[in-house]
Amino acid sequence: MTLQMWTFLVVGASFALYLGIAFWARAGSTGEFYVAGGGIHPVANGMATAADWMSAASFISMAGIIAFQGYDASAYLMGWTGGYVLLALLLAPYLRKFGKFTVPEFIGDRYASQTARLVGVICLLVASLTYVIGQMKGVGVAFSRFLEVGFETGVIIGMVIVFFYAVLGGMKGITYTQIAQYVVLIIAYTVPAIFISLQLTGTPLPQIGLGSVETQSGMFLLDKLNQVVTDLGFAAYTAQKGSTLNIFLLTLSLMIGTAGLPHVIIRFFTVPKVKDARSSAGWALVFIAILYTTAPAVGAMARLNLMDTIQIGPVGDPAGNVEIAQVPEWMNRWKTTGLLAWEDKNGDGRIQYYNDKSEAFKAKAESFGWKGNEMTKVDNDIMVLANPEIAHLPNWVIALVAAGGLAAALSTAAGLLLAISSAISHDLIKGMIAPNISEKSELLAGRISMAGAIVVAGYMGINPPGFAAEVVALAFGLAASSIFPVLMMGIFDKRANGPGAIIGMIAGLTTTLVYIFWFKGWFFIKGTEMAANIPANWFMGISPEAFGAIGALVNFVVAFLVSRSTAAPPEHIQHLVEDIRVPKGAGMATGH
Amino acid sequence: MTPENRAAYWKANLRLLSVLLVIWFIVSYGFGILLVDVLNTISIGGYKLGFWFAQQGSMYIFILLIFFYAWRMNALDQKFDVHE
Repeated sequence: MTLQMWTFLVVGASFALYLGIAFWARAGSTGEFYVAGGGIHPVANGMATAADWMSAASFISMAGIIAFQGYDASAYLMGWTGGYVLLALLLAPYLRKFGKFTVPEFIGDRYASQTARLVGVICLLVASLTYVIGQMKGVGVAFSRFLEVGFETGVIIGMVIVFFYAVLGGMKGITYTQIAQYVVLIIAYTVPAIFISLQLTGTPLPQIGLGSVETQSGMFLLDKLNQVVTDLGFAAYTAQKGSTLNIFLLTLSLMIGTAGLPHVIIRFFTVPKVKDARSSAGWALVFIAILYTTAPAVGAMARLNLMDTIQIGPVGDPAGNVEIAQVPEWMNRWKTTGLLAWEDKNGDGRIQYYNDKSEAFKAKAESFGWKGNEMTKVDNDIMVLANPEIAHLPNWVIALVAAGGLAAALSTAAGLLLAISSAISHDLIKGMIAPNISEKSELLAGRISMAGAIVVAGYMGINPPGFAAEVVALAFGLAASSIFPVLMMGIFDKRANGPGAIIGMIAGLTTTLVYIFWFKGWFFIKGTEMAANIPANWFMGISPEAFGAIGALVNFVVAFLVSRSTAAPPEHIQHLVEDIRVPKGAGMATGH
Repeated sequence: MTPENRAAYWKANLRLLSVLLVIWFIVSYGFGILLVDVLNTISIGGYKLGFWFAQQGSMYIFILLIFFYAWRMNALDQKFDVHE
């Protein structure tokens, strides 16, 4: 069978499965729509959380970032997993005990303030909307690359599928589809990784293979990779390149941001008991770590394969580089997508791939007759997408990778859309505009806001605003600097009050946003940057992506000081805090 | 539940939390970032130890921390009779 047929078959079968689940898991009440009726088993919720969490970026881009940054990319691995420890220990069980539908609702009740709730809704909407645009773009990219339909058509097909299970089923439909999507994406990610680990090291487990001997050279794989890259002027793979402070703060920002992202937090409202919320976070991390511990192996092995494909013999030997006429088929295929490009600068009919920015290597390169790096473009995304082809794996594996990328993007999009629609229908409409609305009308409002959110997300996915690429910095910065600190203080500091929470959130948010906008342009408008986004200009060498941790610190300090210098929260709020600290008496999550 | 009991339960919880968060910090920020060069002088198999903590080990320990917390807290809930 051709690759095209395999792809249609595998992707089509996975979509039929999602639609079948959508039909079976329709929501009949607001409880089912917002929290899946509160009856999800902790292991099942862990799996759904993992799919909810792992986006197109985790699936497609992360291994590529690791491949090219080596050790420095550890910030993403630790940051995006360590946040679950904070979530499990500091937030999830207490928010589950509190037993409401949304994150802003907790903020509003705990601080006895509709203003605080509104600030929470705004933070949630901005963080989730920017994030969901990236997912829709991911769906369009996966479709246009693997199924040879247009980008717009791809986004629209994705919108229709999400529409069915998210609008009909709400959290219930989303949860069961996410479980199916997790299975699809994890098989799609690990199968090629196992094959490649076997080819290079003879060890099936990639986590072990990365630390094993590479069979061809008899050297340890990572030592061999270090040698191959340093021989061509690149920094050693396992060596640190960025500043320690920046890696430290980036890891911290990603961890705090992860724990503060509302679409992840609300997944823990769906389990029956407080103790399930604790263990469910552990299961979520197990399912996430299966992919996250495989990714470093995929990155390193793909980098080694790529280097060996181009540098076929000794460095400096005229015959040591691959002839352009002899490059493998996959290189030509990916060249047409624009993700891979080369240019014969010295006209020798061969490709040289080396670090032409290294001063130390320059003299050597000149003596070889090299006139600059000829691999003019190697996109991060190619490392996962082209991996099965690089390793000569059968067509069905390549088709599986397409279905996996789509599952990752769709599952994250659905989780974000639910967070958005529940903030609109439950916090804005039911909570502020029309408190006397009936359950049936609220359910309808939830469905309409979900449909509206899908249309907006799809439109923005097709016509991405300039800031689409900056979503990671923005979404995590917002969650870290505004949402996480007020939630944590709401539980652990009985004395924290409404004015403290509101001023703290605004202070944390402003600090972070101003820092991001300073280097990336006000509201990401090109040309309005106050300074070039380079390490020399950064405050103490801290990148905008890593600044969320500073914003969180500002939020904590301001909220603490303002709370201490204003009146203590009323008696009933102090009782509420005492009550959420003990599991006894938690019912199913309710809206009132 | 008496206020003394409630306070004792919360104190036990905070003690457990602090210990686990110290470990959380040491394996990621300590071994994976601040002490990475020192640990990299040691190797296990083909992994330099600091690099292993940053890209593998910290994540395994995170999982253990959460399950250990869930297990200890469930026991604490029983002891103070605050379970559901």
